[in-house]
Amino acid sequence: MIFRVFAREELKKLFDAMASKNKIVGPVEIARDHNGKPLFAFNEVNSFNDIKLDYTTTKLSAKKYFLPYKEDLAAFRMDENDWQKKVDYNISEPFIFFGLHACDINALNKLDKVLMGSVYPMPYYAAKRKNMFIVGIDCTPQPYCFCRSMGADTALHGFDMFITDIGEKYFVEILSDTAFNFLKNIRTAEPIEADHIHYMKVASEKNKKFTAHVDTTDLTKILDMEFQSDVWKQWGEKCLACGSCSKACPTCYCYGVEETVDINLRGAKKTKKLYSCNLIDFAEVAGGHNFRPERHVRLKYRYYHKHRGFVEAYEESLCVGCGRCGEACLANITVPEVIASVRGEEN
Amino acid sequence: MDNQLKFTDIISEALQKQHRKSDLSTFEYTYKAEITNIHRLTEMENLYRIQIIDTEERRQFIFQPGQFLMLELPGIGEAPFSISSSPARHGDVELCIRKAGNLTNFLSRVGRGTHVGIRGPFGTNFPMEKMHGQNILLVAGGLGLAPLRSAISYAQDNRSRFNSVDIIYGAKDPSQLLFTYQYDMWRADDIGLSIIVDKPDSSWKGPVGLVTKILEQMFSERGNPFFKSTYAIVCGPPVMFKFVCNMLNQKDIPMQKMFVSLERRMHCGMGKCCRCNVGSTYTCLNGPVFDYWTVMNLKEAI
Ligand SMILES: Cc1cc2nc3c(=O)[nH]c(=O)nc-3n(C[C@H](O)[C@H](O)[C@H](O)COP(=O)(O)OP(=O)(O)OC[C@H]3O[C@@H](n4cnc5c(N)ncnc54)[C@H](O)[C@@H]3O)c2cc1C
Ligand code: SF4
Ligand code: SF4
Ligand code: FES
Repeated sequence: MIFRVFAREELKKLFDAMASKNKIVGPVEIARDHNGKPLFAFNEVNSFNDIKLDYTTTKLSAKKYFLPYKEDLAAFRMDENDWQKKVDYNISEPFIFFGLHACDINALNKLDKVLMGSVYPMPYYAAKRKNMFIVGIDCTPQPYCFCRSMGADTALHGFDMFITDIGEKYFVEILSDTAFNFLKNIRTAEPIEADHIHYMKVASEKNKKFTAHVDTTDLTKILDMEFQSDVWKQWGEKCLACGSCSKACPTCYCYGVEETVDINLRGAKKTKKLYSCNLIDFAEVAGGHNFRPERHVRLKYRYYHKHRGFVEAYEESLCVGCGRCGEACLANITVPEVIASVRGEEN
Repeated sequence: MDNQLKFTDIISEALQKQHRKSDLSTFEYTYKAEITNIHRLTEMENLYRIQIIDTEERRQFIFQPGQFLMLELPGIGEAPFSISSSPARHGDVELCIRKAGNLTNFLSRVGRGTHVGIRGPFGTNFPMEKMHGQNILLVAGGLGLAPLRSAISYAQDNRSRFNSVDIIYGAKDPSQLLFTYQYDMWRADDIGLSIIVDKPDSSWKGPVGLVTKILEQMFSERGNPFFKSTYAIVCGPPVMFKFVCNMLNQKDIPMQKMFVSLERRMHCGMGKCCRCNVGSTYTCLNGPVFDYWTVMNLKEAI
């Protein structure tokens, strides 16, 4: 790994060098909540001043850029008795994520495993993933963040460069050649011992700020043992089955496919829409049978997929501990509380 | 350095026709196929004969009994169906389809010559080769005969490789019996066939009740050594295969020698949409065919 440091004012120059010829997506403030606190989102940005690099967590993850909520998988052109299928992966140019937190980079790394693994890799995702350049940025743990428990508080790969604010300077980790070349646009220096010390200080300060935790010890086994536990029913009674949790989550990728005929009857579309396993008809089949008719069974399934199924398949959880689902939930269902209750711990 | 990123174009790869599971272009690749015949089996079910149009692609379409494909009617929908024909016929398949919703009802109204799309084959299969040299017992309830019919065709095509081949088939009433025109052919190939209906009509002369009744009869007629060298394939509603498999287990057929096919909602067939998950298992990748031991160990399976 290559490290560099650069002065604070250089960051804007780096942004400008990148923005001169590329599309940039970054965290921006979109509104204020009723307490006057800013609400953040990932949007396309044109100016460095629009980016809020000290943002907390965006309400929704960045997934509209790699797993759009609605995406056409194919279009058909219909003639008399025949049709032609045209497949489009819905991306035409590369883009830069400027300012992703470690949890969101880890979320991409996890999605890569299922969506770009060896069995039926998904080109719609792969095309976007292969065309994103990622600038990571360090963050301050919020009360709902438990990424440290999930091992997602630092990103080891899956980005091009990662910037940490160490006071007077920025400390940057460089993972790709492209990133290295971009940095030639600004003045950087080899870090000196004092920079290392500042970096380590920032890292240890950050660690002290975590307040939310999830105990993942033996969690897969515990989830199996407590599969019939009544705590699921209690959570199920609270759950509104609205699916907001999945919508906010950076790693929820489940979907449904629908086909529609164009109004002029000369074409048709096959459309993928992200779905949530908490919605009532997720596992309903033709004829009306529903394999998961109750809310608690669907809620349990969501936890089961994230914290057990994925671990079984990839030796890691599908949850990065960003806390977005808990923040989005109108019923105040949060991962740390649900897992603690399944473990029989009082909160 | 030029600050402009280079665009990686993976769609150009898609133009190459390759259908390996690891190729990006496989994902949305559809074989264009034609409905060459529609045979009305019952009021609710039709048998569609569907042929991949490109002869080379048709030849290369290789599947095993128990696997399914995704059938697509552009603009109407796409859904999974078990292949109901002999694997020897490659991409000239037969699907037995019940009217159940959007796509299936629409299909019941189209005619010969309609062009459809096919993706697949997907999923696990009945391990027919492992069963060589043994008896096979095929138990079907209702539409469960559709996937079983491919295994039956395999047994017909390779009759000398099996000892006894027996089908036990149960339907609600005689009007719902599928593939009635084939029963004599199966018997002619020395395949035992017992049919039972739950609600007989006035013309029904056969046994009345559930498949388990025939099974009990079989238990009393054949000794334990017979069951010791028997593989079973059980297709039908979950309650039915649970009963049947538990009965067979009492006859010392190990659970690993019994196979069932699970049905779940599916939107991709490739382990991506997660609609088919049973606990944390993908029915489309790890199934639909599972041995009974695995099913017993799946959370939320039955
Ligand atoms: C492995 C497998 C094999 C099958 N084999 C057969 C067969 O041989 N013959 C047969 O008649 N039926 C079979 N089915 C069921 C068949 O897939 C459904 O009847 C069909 O999806 C209904 O689609 P629809 O558009 O008419 O119904 P709608 O209710 O309009 O369904 C909309 C969509 O939901 C999904 N869906 C709904 N029900 C099911 C279901 N039961 N299974 C999977 N997806 C569903 C599909 O993507 C479907 O297009 C099989 C299902 C599976 C999983
Ligand atoms: S499950 Fe919740 S905490 Fe975990 S990654 Fe998804 S939104 Fe974040
Ligand atoms: S857990 Fe919360 S956000 Fe998720 S479906 Fe239930 S009520 Fe909605
Ligand atoms: S059908 Fe989509 S994951 Fe199995």
